[in-house]
Amino acid sequence: MTLPRSATISETVLTPENEQEAAALVAACAAAARPLVIRGGGTKAAVGRPVNAEATLSTKALTGITLYEPAELVIAARAGTPLAEIERTLAERGQMLPFEPADARVLLGSEGEATVGGLAATNLSGPRRIMAGACRDAMIGVRFVNGRGEVVKSGGRVMKNVTGLDLVKLAAGAWGTLGLLTEVTFKVQPKAERSATLAIDGLDDARGVDALNAALGSPFEITGAAHLPAGLAGERARTVLRIEGFSPSVDYRVGELRHLLAAYGPAERIVDAAEARRLWQDVRDVRFLAEPREHAVWRLSTVPTAGPRVVAAVAGLGDARFFFDWGGGLVWLSVPAAGDCGAAMIREALAPHGGHATLWRAPADIRAALQPFQPLAAPLMRVSEGVKRAVDPAGIFEPGRMYAGI
Amino acid sequence: MVLSRARREDAVTTIAFPAPDAAVLGRREAIIAGLARLLPAEAVITSEDERRAFETDALTAYRQMPLAVVLPSTTEEVAAVLRFCHAEGVKVVPRGAGTSLAGGAIPQEDAVVLGIAKMNRVIDIDFVNRTARVQAGITNLAISQAVAHEGFFYAPDPSSQLACTIAGNIAMNSGGAHCLKYGVTTNNLLGVTMVLLDGTVIEIGGAHLDAPGYDMLGLVCGSEGQLGVITEATVRILRQAEGARPALMGFDSVETAGACVAAIIGAGIIPVALEFMDRPAIKVCEAFAHAGYPLDVEALLIIEVEGSEAEIEDALKRIVAIAERFSPKALRVSRSEAESAAIWKGRKSAFGAMGRIADYLCMDGTIPTGQLPHVLKRISEICTGYGLGVANIFHAGDGNLHPLVLYDINKPGELEKAEAAGADILKLCVEVGGCLTGEHGVGIEKRDLMRHQYSEVDLVQQMRIRGVFDPAWLLNPAKVFPLDGRVVQ
Repeated sequence: MTLPRSATISETVLTPENEQEAAALVAACAAAARPLVIRGGGTKAAVGRPVNAEATLSTKALTGITLYEPAELVIAARAGTPLAEIERTLAERGQMLPFEPADARVLLGSEGEATVGGLAATNLSGPRRIMAGACRDAMIGVRFVNGRGEVVKSGGRVMKNVTGLDLVKLAAGAWGTLGLLTEVTFKVQPKAERSATLAIDGLDDARGVDALNAALGSPFEITGAAHLPAGLAGERARTVLRIEGFSPSVDYRVGELRHLLAAYGPAERIVDAAEARRLWQDVRDVRFLAEPREHAVWRLSTVPTAGPRVVAAVAGLGDARFFFDWGGGLVWLSVPAAGDCGAAMIREALAPHGGHATLWRAPADIRAALQPFQPLAAPLMRVSEGVKRAVDPAGIFEPGRMYAGI
Repeated sequence: MVLSRARREDAVTTIAFPAPDAAVLGRREAIIAGLARLLPAEAVITSEDERRAFETDALTAYRQMPLAVVLPSTTEEVAAVLRFCHAEGVKVVPRGAGTSLAGGAIPQEDAVVLGIAKMNRVIDIDFVNRTARVQAGITNLAISQAVAHEGFFYAPDPSSQLACTIAGNIAMNSGGAHCLKYGVTTNNLLGVTMVLLDGTVIEIGGAHLDAPGYDMLGLVCGSEGQLGVITEATVRILRQAEGARPALMGFDSVETAGACVAAIIGAGIIPVALEFMDRPAIKVCEAFAHAGYPLDVEALLIIEVEGSEAEIEDALKRIVAIAERFSPKALRVSRSEAESAAIWKGRKSAFGAMGRIADYLCMDGTIPTGQLPHVLKRISEICTGYGLGVANIFHAGDGNLHPLVLYDINKPGELEKAEAAGADILKLCVEVGGCLTGEHGVGIEKRDLMRHQYSEVDLVQQMRIRGVFDPAWLLNPAKVFPLDGRVVQ
């Protein structure tokens, strides 16, 4: 393989200095049918099927915010830009990424600095996703290098754009299998003036999730809705709701919600703002399930009221720990890392309600033996394989990271 | 693009269609016989009179008589028709209600129109989990109406919501006046049943958030009927706000109005709607709706906020305090339901009111909002250069412009001039960092402008992905991509 002169190679890590170099490197790898792993900060490297690659393509040198217009609610950055830099820059102008991305290091025990590219490629969204949309909803533009070594752009910097096929969405959550993201543009949101958290103690899972959905079906625009079974955030179970906005509005909504949820027990406001902030951070980062480290952790998305039923159906797995975000629709489930880690039982329990389960944390040999991502029905899988070939004909990007064959 | 008033029969329009396939035209009787074996008699439309109802959409300057029209009632029937057309090599143009402003549903002479309007039932509503499963031919408004008794609604609200179908909304990724807060179709869609051209039925997503695998829902949204035919959809429904109320403010320059919008958003306020009109638009809308719009201003903003009565008061107080820094020439907060209705009536009837005084083309570019003063000045210069008038109405919060290029269809050459001015305006939108279409779609209208926004590499990549779903280019093939340089696998 010929490499541009300025590209640095350390062992088999390729670190292009700019998009053109990245494209040339990819073209060379494609010509040699040389598979690549894409590496940002590496915080989520241990998710998915282990990939056999000959080289690592690092975005470390592709950094910098390329556009920030607070009045237009838009920010763009090169793929290797640390997420922390984005969040700091936005915070200086009272803004934020709407979807509340998690710090994956807490659960995965990884190190490094999460990057914009890694965030986009994994489509990771936190508690605010129920109100503000997912990472992919905030993504309005991408530039990426496809498997032919061509630089492709899709979307742009404006938030309403229906010109041509939306490849931005395809790039979101493709785990690098559809190309090397070089730049991502996000729609951003003002930070709320105030935030309030209401907690109801002592509800069982089903009742807790019912309370969350009663609140989510109200006009009060809940931005966080989690149920934490006993033993996770205290001795008793806690059902927590977050309301954000201007101060008078937050006070009003807190009052209305207390009234609305009276049947579920007294909803107490968590007065200490730092405590409430920490609580939502812990929900976001799945800190409650970080220990025991040797447990496998699943991430389930289903219909909100089905969450507790799915968990009840897998009680046979033994020593399971879990909690519910997104009003019950997002279940984080920690089980012993033995056998299939409950894959068959979990997916069978989900089937009647619809949804999917991702093995988010497990030792590499288990991830290699199982299907960490939800298996797709045959027709959808065929189309997915076609899309992969249309973007990466030589199959060099993260082969098999999500599914065998793509 | 909208053509209003009387259509000039001899209008010379500039957008080309591919030459029809003579072999397919020659097999018309056999093709119709084949379709008749798959569907009940009343679902296959063949007479010229009846087909005429399907020869155009809301881009009425263009019309093409389809080979035949089929109106299936089930996913299985849709699959049977597509499988048949695939085997026979016959083009298919999917159709919802035919309200596309971009010509997305205009047929071709050698194509079968597949209308899904008969499939208009609500299948299931889950208020607790806040989703609705519907057949894809249901109208946008009918979804909101079906859930209104429990205080819910479906958020995207294109102006055509009374008529347009959810299938068409998905095909065009439709927006509306309230998408600054609630997002567009792609942000409110959870699952679809889609039939591929070869008859394969695929299920994408469900009633839960974030479908597994690649984001095929995101890819299908806005794909303009080129990847498959949507027969069912699951959408998010939301609880309605307790109330909503607009404020009206007029400024003596476009720049000042633009700066006021930026200051409101900069202060962390995201109104549910933020609409802009320039002087020509204000004049026509006021004459029609008697909304009490100020007539001595260059720019008018309608800003609406939601919540309880007290929340609305608080938000409007904040907005008014910001607006006063920009010395508005008029500033009025609605005090009653009737006043709110009148304010919105003016805005919502803008296109109709304009159609009473002139023919117009309605453009749909999006620009970075900071470019507003420059772009409005250039739009005015472009139209003046062609000897045409223009009125501007747009969604100020997200930069989605709807310039109405005014012309007289009875003056020879004016429509062509208007089309040329429209193209120049869209190129300008791209030049300043925006895009050709914010919510109407590409269709045939903007197809030949795609190279102004995308490089050849960008377009070829899109076409390669399109080819996965429809390698032979039989599904709505005259649209979106320029006719030359197509990638066929």
